[in-house]
Amino acid sequence: MRKLALNDEILLKIEKPARYIGNEVNSVMKDPEKVDIRFAMCFPDVYEIGMSHLGIQILYDMFNRREDVWCERVYSPWVDLDQIMREEQIPLFALESQDPIRDFDFLGITIQYEMCYTNILQILDLSGIPLSARDRDDSVPIVIGGGPCASNPEPLAEFFDLFYIGDGETVYDQLLNAYKENRIAGGSRKDFLEKAAQIEGIYVPGFYEVTYKDDGTIASFTPVNPHAKQVIKKQMVKDLTHTYYPKAPVVPFIKVTQDRVVLEIQRGCIRGCRFCQAGMLYRPTRERDVETLKQYAYQMLKNTGHEEISLSSLSSSDYSQLKELVTFLIEEFKGSGINICLPSLRIDAFSLDVMGKVQDIRKSSLTFAPEAGSQRMRDVINKGLTEEMILDGAGQAFAGGWNKVKLYFMLGLPTETEEDMREIPRLADRIARRYYEIPKEERNGKCQITTSTSFFIPKPFTPFQWAKMYSNEEYIARAAVVKHEFQEQLNRKSLKYHWHDAEVTVLEGVFARGDRRLAEVILAAYRLGCLYDSWTENFDNEKWMKAFADTGTDIGFYNLRERDVGEIFPWDFIDIGVTKEFLYQEWQRALRGEVTPNCREKCSGCGAMRYKGGVCVEDREEVRQGEGTN
Amino acid sequence: MLKTERRCAKVKARIKFRKYGVMRFIGHLDVMRYFQKAMRRAGIPIAFTGGYSPHMIMSFAQPLGVGVTSDGEYLDIELKEDIDPARAVRQLNDVMAEGMEVVGFNRIPDDKKSSGMTIVAAASYRVTLLVSARSANVTRTFPDSWEAKIEEFLNQKSIVVLKKTKRSEAEVDIKPMIYQMRMEDEGIYLFLAAGSEQNLKPDLVMRAFTEFIKEDPGRVPFHYHRIDMYARTPKGTEASGRFISLGKL
Repeated sequence: MRKLALNDEILLKIEKPARYIGNEVNSVMKDPEKVDIRFAMCFPDVYEIGMSHLGIQILYDMFNRREDVWCERVYSPWVDLDQIMREEQIPLFALESQDPIRDFDFLGITIQYEMCYTNILQILDLSGIPLSARDRDDSVPIVIGGGPCASNPEPLAEFFDLFYIGDGETVYDQLLNAYKENRIAGGSRKDFLEKAAQIEGIYVPGFYEVTYKDDGTIASFTPVNPHAKQVIKKQMVKDLTHTYYPKAPVVPFIKVTQDRVVLEIQRGCIRGCRFCQAGMLYRPTRERDVETLKQYAYQMLKNTGHEEISLSSLSSSDYSQLKELVTFLIEEFKGSGINICLPSLRIDAFSLDVMGKVQDIRKSSLTFAPEAGSQRMRDVINKGLTEEMILDGAGQAFAGGWNKVKLYFMLGLPTETEEDMREIPRLADRIARRYYEIPKEERNGKCQITTSTSFFIPKPFTPFQWAKMYSNEEYIARAAVVKHEFQEQLNRKSLKYHWHDAEVTVLEGVFARGDRRLAEVILAAYRLGCLYDSWTENFDNEKWMKAFADTGTDIGFYNLRERDVGEIFPWDFIDIGVTKEFLYQEWQRALRGEVTPNCREKCSGCGAMRYKGGVCVEDREEVRQGEGTN
Repeated sequence: MLKTERRCAKVKARIKFRKYGVMRFIGHLDVMRYFQKAMRRAGIPIAFTGGYSPHMIMSFAQPLGVGVTSDGEYLDIELKEDIDPARAVRQLNDVMAEGMEVVGFNRIPDDKKSSGMTIVAAASYRVTLLVSARSANVTRTFPDSWEAKIEEFLNQKSIVVLKKTKRSEAEVDIKPMIYQMRMEDEGIYLFLAAGSEQNLKPDLVMRAFTEFIKEDPGRVPFHYHRIDMYARTPKGTEASGRFISLGKL
């Protein structure tokens, strides 16, 4: 029997011991003596969040198909165990073997959101790995980062040996082979990093030097090792059908956030919303073959025993075979008590019909994400959605029996005026009016329109990467304008309003577009005790503000200035396919309120065409009419 | 009873399983979820309730505390169609995690009186003494004096303990709920009242005993293992005593 890293006394004292014992159905056990490479795959958040991430499941499956690799999982210990591990000096361990991470060859960390950065330091610290990459010797694992935040890895540059830029399915084999070769040749850590630097898509931050101008912006970003490339090219799986996909994902014992089979139907999005980073990073949009997905659905439900299946994509309604897939799932599985989840669907006759079949209309709510209240603002962000579409969709839904609607908006978008803010409650009210147009005897009581606003954060590789953000106080003031306007509405009793925290927004903004000097701030915050910053109950803004003050770092430099057209961004050395020229052109169109058609309507020459995949090479005969989205 | 006869009789089965090793850290609610998924993986033709969110017709006997291992756990299920018990056991064990083993699959009559939830009346446990609370696998022998002390403990007029429930605390005499307690080679054997009417957990007994012999509870860590669960033998059948294992009904 496996020996656990934590003793019984600890396991019976902490919350949810099942987070730390491994042994789940479909987890992979191997003989450590029979593999060449031990890979620890980490999601730096609590188990329930980390286990819900599809990307890690794909990589876990892909690595473990190799006989010479054993990939295991590790997540952030929750705060209760964190404290015990520090007190008793228990090294962080992997779930499968329960062996210390420090003895692994690789520690791979997926970086999904900015507010996990202190958790990354926790993982390194508890593992006994020096926090700074320059302090590491041959005895500790190679620390590699990936995921969406690796598209601007600079704030974390100090803490990582390598970053993998782009889809994980492409060059990991090359990287692992290089590692083995280097070991056989008796090469050092630095020798391996030099080999890695020559692989496309692999970035070795230690091989670059950054200089700054007097105003704080970047003067130069230069490779200082002959093996380091000037530009790092994003990796992309051209054919999403013939690649890795986990047919038997690990089944957790405890309830996790995504406790279901997940079918990734496509990667990327044709829409080109100007605030959306994923929409640019994952270009071109690639679909997975519908017949393959049907097979996966069978196999994955059988192998996991899950009672729910969900589609995953940025915009499911744009999947060309959606009708066929959804009809299949309903006909095939509804009878055997399988729930079917259809997130990110545009509200139209088809989606209302299928949603009526898979959920209880009386209990469920419909979601619209207009993102902005006024048409002018929606044109600025290139959200191809008109008020007419929203009201029509809501009207059809109300006629179908729904009476709960959720609306999502952003505040603080570029060029936003007070009028734009006030349009948010007015739109919510017009939706409610549409409901009350239905004769009283035909409707189902009152309607409930719930509006949530978050604050816009400009992200790298989007047309809004030049935009400025606002102060905490300004964000709160904007939310107050909206709140006040809600009270003026005719149907205010049917309208609810929530807004997101502004303090976290400010920090996310800093790190999203930050440079490598921010490592100091992250380290200072961690030393002050910041951890699990994405958890409201743990977030401590005062400590963060102290970390900025102690390191003499000015938040305003990162958030409060509009960036100049000529500015060198910290992430400019990465080539995601979409060109900076296209993004700048989109930024200018945004300021003029000009809409850009989606990829199926008309190619706008973003640059992703050079990957020669997905929507860029679709048969133009099959091009459908752009139907707008929500 | 005409109504019952007319109705199509449902096929019900009682599954007996063991829980050991690291699975002792999985709580009762998660064990329920675990079996729901296991039923699907194993392809057991389990019946569902109707409605928008149908769920499996499945009921567990007494929950087992986190940290406790067991050789005698039970759940009852309703089947859509009959399945060969040996095949069902094999199919289930093919999809089990280490630390869960199905050891029995018996068809049971379709009446309320037989439901596993309601008929549990007693449970037997083996208590071992540990070297340290850090490991349930490293045991030590009981002091010789404990055999006599157990007798003294049981000879008290009453054994009053503070029993905490979610809502309140109350002083309860647990003596009538201790059916048997004796020293055996493998550890202390406990046979205790269990179920919805009266329920006594083994750690409560051992806490009372530890206090009785004036030992520091921190210095005598125990591990608890459930051996089996029992129902009262039906009236009129004067078989082998008052209780019968749920697996033998």
